[in-house]
Amino acid sequence: MELTTIWFLLVAVLFTGYFILEGFDFGVGMLLPVLGRDDRERRVMINTIGPVWDGNEVWLITAGGAMFAAFPEWYATLFSGFYLPLLLILLALIARGVAFEYRHKRPEASWKRRWDHAIFFGSLIPAVLWGVAFANILRGVPLDADHEYVGGLLNLLNPYALLGGATTAALFLTHGAVFIALKTVGDIRERAAALAVRLGLSTAALAVTFLTWTLTIRSSAAAVVLAAGAALALVGGLAAAKVRREGWAFTGTAVAIGLAVATLFAALFPNVLPSTLDPAGTLTASNAASTPYTLTIMTWVAVFFTPIVLAYQGWTYWVFRRRIGVAHIPQH
Amino acid sequence: MSSWGSQVDALDVARWQFGVTTVYHFLFVPLTIGLSVLVAILQTLWHRTGDEKYLKLTKFYGKLFLINFAMGVVTGIVQEFQFGMNWSDYSRFVGDIFGAPLAIEALVAFFLESTFIGLWIFGWDRLPKRLHLASIWAAAIGTNLSAYFILAANSFMQNPVGYRYNPDTGRAELTDFVAVLTNKVALITFPHTIAGAFLVAGSLLVAVALWHLIRNPDSTDTPAYRFAARFGSWVTLIAATVVVITGDIQGKIMTQVQPMKMAAAEGLYTTESPASFSVLTIGSLDGSRELFAIKIPYLLSYLGTGDPNGTVHGIDDLQALYTAQYGPGSYTPIIPVTYWSFRFMIAFGLAAAAIALLVLWSQRKGRTPRGKWLLRAGLAMPILPLLANSFGWIFTEMGRQPWIVFGEMLTRDGVSRSVSLAEVLTSFTAFTLIYATLAVVEVKLLVRYAKAGVPDVTPEPEPDDTDDADRPLAFAY
Repeated sequence: MELTTIWFLLVAVLFTGYFILEGFDFGVGMLLPVLGRDDRERRVMINTIGPVWDGNEVWLITAGGAMFAAFPEWYATLFSGFYLPLLLILLALIARGVAFEYRHKRPEASWKRRWDHAIFFGSLIPAVLWGVAFANILRGVPLDADHEYVGGLLNLLNPYALLGGATTAALFLTHGAVFIALKTVGDIRERAAALAVRLGLSTAALAVTFLTWTLTIRSSAAAVVLAAGAALALVGGLAAAKVRREGWAFTGTAVAIGLAVATLFAALFPNVLPSTLDPAGTLTASNAASTPYTLTIMTWVAVFFTPIVLAYQGWTYWVFRRRIGVAHIPQH
Repeated sequence: MSSWGSQVDALDVARWQFGVTTVYHFLFVPLTIGLSVLVAILQTLWHRTGDEKYLKLTKFYGKLFLINFAMGVVTGIVQEFQFGMNWSDYSRFVGDIFGAPLAIEALVAFFLESTFIGLWIFGWDRLPKRLHLASIWAAAIGTNLSAYFILAANSFMQNPVGYRYNPDTGRAELTDFVAVLTNKVALITFPHTIAGAFLVAGSLLVAVALWHLIRNPDSTDTPAYRFAARFGSWVTLIAATVVVITGDIQGKIMTQVQPMKMAAAEGLYTTESPASFSVLTIGSLDGSRELFAIKIPYLLSYLGTGDPNGTVHGIDDLQALYTAQYGPGSYTPIIPVTYWSFRFMIAFGLAAAAIALLVLWSQRKGRTPRGKWLLRAGLAMPILPLLANSFGWIFTEMGRQPWIVFGEMLTRDGVSRSVSLAEVLTSFTAFTLIYATLAVVEVKLLVRYAKAGVPDVTPEPEPDDTDDADRPLAFAY
């Protein structure tokens, strides 16, 4: 396999991992005002992701770094072209991250309420905008022959991309509800489980519409199979949620998100950012790539360190496997 | 018709944004780097001795560490995104070289740091004691490791090595990754930066402990604060020594690889051998007139070359040399900025070390530190090395100008062409506002938790899944 293909796959894997893991973080954040009836319940929710959200976010930083190292042209064009959406995502991630750490530092209700807003919007904004961004990557954007983005903000807010944003937000909401049902005990667990099933039906409708639309824009045999797999996994996950097999439900939504992201990458390949203007402006895995020397070094680094990272990150989830409920929340 | 005027403005705002967000980010990074290790040492002392005072200090400074850590994490993402968002032509030009250390930093260091910080924060009652202790060490190692990779990337901008320029693609291409990682600028900048970080962390230990010691000398926790004040003072002094030694070596390397930066640090216009060091010059810094000056003969020659009679090149000669080499244009940084930031860096750093000496003296032979002035000096202590760090970075980055990659690419050629003035103004304003707000919140929280003092500690129960699974978590958000 060519090095550029390997790195296309690795970037895809990193974003897939990011959306599966931060997907439930965002879901928990968006559900905070919905499922958390009082401060203790909201703290239960936040603490289901407390020990892991930061490590989950590093998947994004690594994906960005890998894109920069392996496909500098892709990184440069995408990040400068999608300037304002990325700015909003950054501001949201800043507010959300600080909120997790600072919310419990003072007892006043007004203080907590402010950080609850930060967590909610800090989760909602990226959940929507990542969908908008990835839909635009797939659909293609106006790039000139120098691979510079020449569209404006409105180019990015087309119906297909907006549907993409709604789809990721809905998927993450369902994923988050399933995750809370898996990680909590008591009343909140019951409500999360019921909500997951209710959210799941509209989510499935959105996701199937979006993936079908995607395949009409760009397609490949692999993409069709992956999209079908995503739909099946989502339906399976919802069925499991319905019968309260929470581990299987979570597996289902996680696999569904993973396969949906994989569908986008499979449909995109070998392009990485198609141009809707001059075809010469299209960025591909080969014309956007670094030199073989750089890719070789990076491959060795990835081969050596990725299993180690996966091992200790997985172990963290094992350490914090216990369900929590309001009884576990300390006074301070 | 639109391009030239607006391009220059967008460039200026992009540079201001990078400067403001980077200096801001680096207010939190030194504390994270230094304090992670110091907290790990405190916890190790508790583990070894069983003395409760170390556990109290671990938890106390651990809290301050985490309040600071969160800010470092969230402002760090901006840094990685900003290269692509605002400096896309730079990213295209150096991506083959510069992207690799960034990706490795994330994969090797950030995962380690973030995962084990999570384990440490929430793991007090979930992990066996030794494993919990190992977690803070793993996080501290991750943090310090991350500094190496980003400094190697930055050092490429100061002294590009291990690459060749490919005229076909118009890009710099990596030819020797080991050379990039062992860039002599990186090898010396790493200990200099890390020592600068410990200067901040040691100073914070002292400031907080001293405040409690002077305000409430009869507290039952006085032994803990006494230890923290002494420990922090020693850390500060050792760090200051390392900063001075590495800074000296750095100066000599800088004179070789970026002679203009050394000349700009000094405001030295004409080549001199021997060259004297200006402690303070008041006058016109365009070199035309000098009103008042204190100079130490031979010192600049020694700092730059190691030989008191060595030749240090002046700005005018270097400007002429670079014009011949790179074509017409100005290759001179803004001299007042480099001249003063260099001096502020040194002065603020040394001032912190001086206060550390004072604090140690105040505790000689078991005495209790006292006095309004000692308290004030102690409280100023963490601010001084933070300023020194900031001015150090302002000096090294402004001293590289007009280059973004020395000798290869000008800063103005690296900016994103597709980002408009309105967009970059929007982001600059948004970052400034959110950063300013969070700074107020963060400092207030730090002060609140610093004033609260060391916590009461009850021995943590050993982790056990079967025993009382319903007891509250040892720590929760």
